[in-house]
Amino acid sequence: MVARLWQPLGLLALIAVAAMLFSLAVGSAQLSAAQLWAVVQGQGDALARTMVIELRLPRALSAFAVGGLLAVAGALMQVLLRNPLADPYVLGISGGASIGALAAMLAGVGGVLMSGSAFIGALLSTFLVFGLAHGSGGWTPSRLLLTGVVVAAGWGAVITLMLALSPAERLPGMLYWLMGDLSYARAPWPPLLLLMATCVLLIPLGRSLNVLARGPQQAAALGVDVRPLEWGIYIAASLLTAAAVTTAGSIGFVGLVVPHMLRLLLGNDQRLILPACALAGGTLLVLADTLARTMIAPEQLPVGVITALLGVPTFLFLLYRSR
Amino acid sequence: MTRLATQDLIINVPGRSAGTALNLTIEPGQVWGVLGPNGAGKTTLLHTLAGLNAPRSGQVLIGNTPLSQLRRRQVAQRLGLVFQERLDGFPATVLETALIGRHPYLSLWQMEGADDYARAAAALEALDVAHLRHRLVNTLSGGERQRVAMATVLTQAPNIWLADEPTNHLDLHHQSAVMALMAEQAAQGSAVMMCLHDLNLAARWCDHILLLYPSGEACWGPRDTMLVPRALESLYRQKLAVVEVEGAPVFVPLKG
Repeated sequence: MVARLWQPLGLLALIAVAAMLFSLAVGSAQLSAAQLWAVVQGQGDALARTMVIELRLPRALSAFAVGGLLAVAGALMQVLLRNPLADPYVLGISGGASIGALAAMLAGVGGVLMSGSAFIGALLSTFLVFGLAHGSGGWTPSRLLLTGVVVAAGWGAVITLMLALSPAERLPGMLYWLMGDLSYARAPWPPLLLLMATCVLLIPLGRSLNVLARGPQQAAALGVDVRPLEWGIYIAASLLTAAAVTTAGSIGFVGLVVPHMLRLLLGNDQRLILPACALAGGTLLVLADTLARTMIAPEQLPVGVITALLGVPTFLFLLYRSR
Repeated sequence: MTRLATQDLIINVPGRSAGTALNLTIEPGQVWGVLGPNGAGKTTLLHTLAGLNAPRSGQVLIGNTPLSQLRRRQVAQRLGLVFQERLDGFPATVLETALIGRHPYLSLWQMEGADDYARAAAALEALDVAHLRHRLVNTLSGGERQRVAMATVLTQAPNIWLADEPTNHLDLHHQSAVMALMAEQAAQGSAVMMCLHDLNLAARWCDHILLLYPSGEACWGPRDTMLVPRALESLYRQKLAVVEVEGAPVFVPLKG
């Protein structure tokens, strides 16, 4: 039973490590395996060390953390709403974050202030959607999803408006942020620690989530305290998304596609799917970001484009092959 | 061995002004059938007894403890409910579906062990769906899914069984098999209550009957005092003929 969980997770972890090493080795200056090994041991020439430890490693770790956070948040939202289309982007959370970030860019501030502004935007959007979906009665999954979709559409209009009104010299930066961009991600530890903490906290809840996926009444009949669990999932998924968006801008698709791919491959046990999402989502984004910064180097592509270009055919292939 | 009782219970059916306050006691070993036309509140009653719906007034007792004082997990260790409708958001196999019946007994960090798997396998065997154990539930027929739902509650092994139309979608053989299983659970000390639409199954397998009228009125008692044609005809607003087969009455609706 336990082996059934550890086998796929171990394999995914190996793939993640390989992807990480690959992303450390390739770039505008390629490193051989021997050079990389020297750097890992604290030797090698100074230039290679600086490049790997100060530039590529933080960026790769950030990419891993962001991909993992988005995939886990998507998987949680899908269980909460029992709807395979749910994901933090569909629910308007990232739209709120985008408005916060773009407003900070328009005001000419960057760095921590911009991150803070994006985080506040994400949380505000979360509470707006949840409050409106709650309305006068209780909320239902379909009502929450519909509210989120409409709020997201509203944010989309506001984003377009902000772009139209922005001075031309700010536009490229804003557009890159909207398509997802890891080139300014220099602090990988906060999102990485959040991802690890989330995975540890979700292990004991996995079985309850399995039961919740059968519907709230069935879950209650089997001893789950449904309402606190649903609130907890919603708040957790929102926080994860906010942290991811704050780190790397708005990267779509990971939260929707990674959980589905894993369900098609590994079945539907949340105790397996959630940590697998963290690993596979992280791996996908590390690879996508490596491609984004090497394909037309020294120019960089927005990473969101690559996740979509990699993910869409893989997903369609798995869906086509599935039972 | 746990009995299920209600004290002055009035279930909360939207738009219904009043109703008979229910004072029922379902003892271990008894099989109760709930009969009533569509919309009489049979499902609401079962959900209220399971603590999923709040009553309008009165209370439900599990053993001697009010349901409202028990945690959901404690309720689930004593009481199992077979739902009439199931939604499966994400595909799961038959074996996984039966295994969730062990959820109330496992601690947060615990995985299902050999004993849990053995119970689930035995339950699938008892419901004649063991050969489907690796199939996805959403690929099964209605009757097979109904039996898997029963197997989940059998894996849960509650002392109190509530079943909402457990014979739905089942062929004749499996209808009898499921009713025999419920009777067997009662014989082993469970208290059983089920909603039924088939008067003849109720007449054959239940020892107590609760009649629920759309107005909210209700009456209950031993089978032979409740299954009288005149009461049933007014309950369903349908003329009935009665014949006797193997010592049990058989009700046949008349034309016109």
